[in-house]
Amino acid sequence: MPNPDHFGFAFVSGMDAIAQTIRLPAINLRDPRYYQIAVLSSLVTFGVVGLDFGISAYNAIAIVFTALVVQLAATKLTGLPKFDPLSPLITALSLTLLLRTDMVTLAALAAAIAIGSKFLVRIRGKHVFNPANLAIVTLMLASDHAWISSGQWGSAAIGAFALACLGFVVLTRAKRSETTVMFLFTYATLLFARALWLGDPLAIPLHQLQNGALLIFAFFMISDPKTTPNTRSGRVIYGSLVAGVAVFIQFVLYEPSAPVLALIVCAPVVPLIDMLRRGETYNWSYPAGFSKGVS
Amino acid sequence: MRSLVLVLTATVTVALAQTAQAFCGFYVAKADTSLFNRASQVVLVRDGNRTVLTMANDFEGDVKDFAVVIPVPSFIEREQINVADKGLIDHLDAYTAPRLVEYFDPDPCKRYVMEQFSIAGAQPRSSAEMDRRARALGVTIEASYTVGEYDILILSGKESKGLIRWLNDSGYKIPKGANKVVGSYLKQDMRFFVAKVNLEEQKRAGVTYLRPLQIAFESNKFMLPIRLGTLNADGMQELYVYTLTKTGRVETTNYRTVKLPSNTEVPEFVQAEFSEFYRSMFEKQVEMQDRRAVFLEYAWDMAWCDPCAADPLSADQLRKLGVFWVGGNKPQQGRIAPQQAQNVFVTRLHVRYDAEHFPEDLMFQETGDRQNFQGRYVIRHPFKGESTCDNANYQAELKKRQEREAQQLANLTGWDIDDIRTKIPLIANNTPEQNVPWWKQLWN
Repeated sequence: MPNPDHFGFAFVSGMDAIAQTIRLPAINLRDPRYYQIAVLSSLVTFGVVGLDFGISAYNAIAIVFTALVVQLAATKLTGLPKFDPLSPLITALSLTLLLRTDMVTLAALAAAIAIGSKFLVRIRGKHVFNPANLAIVTLMLASDHAWISSGQWGSAAIGAFALACLGFVVLTRAKRSETTVMFLFTYATLLFARALWLGDPLAIPLHQLQNGALLIFAFFMISDPKTTPNTRSGRVIYGSLVAGVAVFIQFVLYEPSAPVLALIVCAPVVPLIDMLRRGETYNWSYPAGFSKGVS
Repeated sequence: MRSLVLVLTATVTVALAQTAQAFCGFYVAKADTSLFNRASQVVLVRDGNRTVLTMANDFEGDVKDFAVVIPVPSFIEREQINVADKGLIDHLDAYTAPRLVEYFDPDPCKRYVMEQFSIAGAQPRSSAEMDRRARALGVTIEASYTVGEYDILILSGKESKGLIRWLNDSGYKIPKGANKVVGSYLKQDMRFFVAKVNLEEQKRAGVTYLRPLQIAFESNKFMLPIRLGTLNADGMQELYVYTLTKTGRVETTNYRTVKLPSNTEVPEFVQAEFSEFYRSMFEKQVEMQDRRAVFLEYAWDMAWCDPCAADPLSADQLRKLGVFWVGGNKPQQGRIAPQQAQNVFVTRLHVRYDAEHFPEDLMFQETGDRQNFQGRYVIRHPFKGESTCDNANYQAELKKRQEREAQQLANLTGWDIDDIRTKIPLIANNTPEQNVPWWKQLWN
């Protein structure tokens, strides 16, 4: 008859060993990613409950699970000091919100590509592509079974406003809002200019801006401090550039999901901007940017 | 499941209505007569950038007054235009229409169910001076063709005023406010496809109604111009878009695409009022989505259906509708095997729109979603045979079910629940259960 105490002891020391292996970080509420995760989770809930949204629970689970497993494996393989579940969780939630697929394996593959790319495609210590962005575009180009349902958020002004506010909370915590602000400003300016040139009513650019997917992109994808330039002026240039390319893709090439495509096209410019204008790489745990760190 | 015996469909003609009197999509009147045009139906076949657009309307009026002005993304040659058989669209309408299915409760006293099976589907219903003047106004008549009973012009222009003046001078009644919209399309490098009926050709062709026009073209724009149609609209416009694609369901990228409620059990009397039911339900759903949504009514692989409101379209029919990737082989001498439609996914979208709620043209994208969807409503008839046992349980369950059906119907349509209850015999003729003293049924 085994001694129950022995089991208890074994269990506790097992957990200890896992905790030591994984090294979960202590909760640091200065880290804006907690707010991001809260907002993204609420959006997923709103999308599933409030809007009939086409998000499959299986896909969501597959994405979150794969993202965490790949992050853990890569942490071990690359010998990073600690496992960081927050960034992969944000990537997973962004993927869940934007990617649509009818194949659960593709959903899992998306998460694997996203997290894998952070470790594989790096220049000067930074990953080049926004992980969720790279995964979505890769799958959209490679398969008929992946797409973005940009119209499914509807354009209810109040909803858009609420999303923007929530997003802004996240951004101001992340202290790197220039990319988002410049992206939205340039994009809106170009849409209004186009409408004026065509003689269209202003209801048209307003309708184009009241798009939930666009706001999610602006506040949660392009804003990622890890894949934007290190300097303020660099981020201003970058935000405008992505907006310009997005308008070109949408209204000259007539491709849907233009902002997502624009971001992938512009991403390689970031190392170039960083080379020309030196600044410090962002650290999530110290948003003020005074300490070394790895994500 | 128990026996399925009847499938009814609410076809476009019966389902629409109160919103009538408005001109559909992008049609304009050639003269100011009382045109009666309930709904536009458009079939969009799309793969890559190849597009075939088929347009039908239920125009009822003097055909000499009919004209249509459509923005098109490129120059259109004579061979890119065709006149189709209206029966094709009627068949597609019947195949994709929301349907009512009927089930019969089995005898609650029997332990097995005898199945009867038959389907009575709705059958598809069978189905030189000018030039100079134009140039003076900055309008170029790029081509002029007669196709079937239609005289067709392909126009381009430098600016909208000249084009509109030319159209008005040529007898086309262009609604006020068209200037800006036409200007916008011209700046986006679009041309205008203008068609009117050639009465002599119509006589020669022996057709008394207007056949659908088809245009085949290549364009990166997967869209449907609806803005011109909203100009002369009196209230909301009704539009059905059927897309035929290779990969999967089509949805709008700049408006929400919402599934129509489906697979709901409704009371028996709905069978006699199915058109009214569908109309009320659609109206209610439009309101619930703030008048800003496009509704998905059907999404299905064209190879089959279940239940079938009409047979799937044959490869030959699909090809006539513009599905260029099916058929096309000359039949071999001798036996011809029935061709199975392959690799064609049909999506039926229904939109009620006006300029306020739909300021932009409809933009589409094809998704990879091949999940089947249909607007399907279910009637379950109670067992009406003689009872050979104590079926109190069945009766109690039945009552509960019918009350549930009444409430579901009220939710779907916005109809008054009490009116609905009066039409359900079992509920209407019985005092509500809660008002009957418990002891009344104790010894009886």
